[in-house]
Amino acid sequence: MAGLIANTELLRKLLVGFVKDEVRKVGISKVVLGLSGGIDSALVAFIAAEALGPENVHAICMPYSSSNPESEAHARLVAMSCGINFSVLPITAMVDAYFGMFPVADNMRRGNKMARERMTILFDHSALLHALVLGTSNKTELLLGYGTLYGDMASALNPIGDIYKSQVWQLSAAMGIPAAVIEKQPSADLWAGQTDEEELGFSYRQADELLYQMVDQRLTKPELVAAGFGREFVETIYSKIQSSHFKRRLPIIAKVSNRTIDRDFRYARDWGK
Amino acid sequence: MDFTAVLAQTKPKLGCVADNLAAIKEQVVKAREAGADLIVFPELALSGYFLKDLVPEVALRINSPEISGLVELSTGISIAIGFVEETDDYHFFNSALYLENGKIRHLHRKVYLPTYGLFDEQRYLAHGESFRAFDTKFGRFGMLICEDMWHLSASYILAMDGATTLICLSSSPARGIDGDSLGSASAWQKLVSTTAMFLNCRVLYSNRVGFEDGVNFWGGSEYIAPSGESIARGALLEEDFVTARVAEGALRRERIFSPMMRDENLFVTMQELGRIAHERRR
Repeated sequence: MAGLIANTELLRKLLVGFVKDEVRKVGISKVVLGLSGGIDSALVAFIAAEALGPENVHAICMPYSSSNPESEAHARLVAMSCGINFSVLPITAMVDAYFGMFPVADNMRRGNKMARERMTILFDHSALLHALVLGTSNKTELLLGYGTLYGDMASALNPIGDIYKSQVWQLSAAMGIPAAVIEKQPSADLWAGQTDEEELGFSYRQADELLYQMVDQRLTKPELVAAGFGREFVETIYSKIQSSHFKRRLPIIAKVSNRTIDRDFRYARDWGK
Repeated sequence: MDFTAVLAQTKPKLGCVADNLAAIKEQVVKAREAGADLIVFPELALSGYFLKDLVPEVALRINSPEISGLVELSTGISIAIGFVEETDDYHFFNSALYLENGKIRHLHRKVYLPTYGLFDEQRYLAHGESFRAFDTKFGRFGMLICEDMWHLSASYILAMDGATTLICLSSSPARGIDGDSLGSASAWQKLVSTTAMFLNCRVLYSNRVGFEDGVNFWGGSEYIAPSGESIARGALLEEDFVTARVAEGALRRERIFSPMMRDENLFVTMQELGRIAHERRR
């Protein structure tokens, strides 16, 4: 679909410029990010390395005992190929210590806990290294709510939050991310054999085409069905966007004063920058 | 007459009037020393764009020390600049000043305040109510602020009022990554070129750069000859200092080749617009 084909040269320039400008204007020169071995964090690492110089980018791989060992190998490969700082910090001890108190916890609780454990490590390193935390959630995940609130969705700046997974693939190829990372099945890697597309029940390419028409082009549901999307698929995606909307907003505040934060007290985050 | 214009493609700091003013003064001096006759800054160059509740904090009266300082600087070089204007009745406008020979030659208040998509100007600002051409050392000019130019009537009125040069001060955000070039840049390039051609006017377009909360302003400031041809264009997404040599002869020749403005029938236009207004009232 034409609208999903990105001009990768232009996109690269915009996203590299974004990281350079938004990091430096707050008086910081470094960033830290979690490197999972997947394509989204690989792309953010490459963008950050180009924007700030690889010596200013710190990537941390945070495997759990059930993580696929290939993930760490791929994270290492990505870090080596763009020359950024790399360390491995397993989260097994912390997560297991907690679930020792809740041995019957299901996969969702465990997955969320792991994502939030990683978040606390990244924000601790933000203070340690005087570095901003880069987010690695793409537009597809953000719209579908396929992420953990205050976990992998937490960051100071997200360079790829307005590009779909299909565009992540295109830009990754253009920026020379190792083929093994581009070609593998996307996975949250929270348990063995998990793949995003199996869990979601549709492919990213299908979802992206529909999301693009629905969100960016604002086609109505009847128009989407007339364009060939299954009625049930349209309803599923629409309700995923709606039911996950809370994840994309700040906590709501009970209004009692004349100026409530974010409602009638409105300032850009770049205020004074 | 021939003159040299500089399009100062700046990167204002959001809400920092003192810092922006200092940088603007440096650019004015630099342009004057380079022999320029006119320097054009972007929309809201003194304050930054996504001001929201900062509007009253960054607003300036036209007799404020900040504006007076710029007026004084205009003895050696003419200056067009955008800022938030505060009036005696405490309205806030997205305004542009044209300064010449140590005087305010013209004040334009943005008429069309975009309030859709990523824009929210009407929430914070009052809208202007006129488009007026004005005389300068370099001929008769008209000023537009960004969205104003997307309304055909705005440029048309200025051209009918005798303007042969349109200055547009802009803070246009970058968006659209699926084409050969940036979507918003292509759209603007078509707009300024077509406007120049329709009205046999030159266009001096000054657009800012830099990021505000992830929104990137794309630059690409441009001088368009009355033929619609782009004569000078600034860098995309980076600060720039675009020097444009504006030739009087090109304007004269274009108006001889394509005398559409001579033939434009103001009477027919007024008659039909009057009829439409009358019918709408019913």
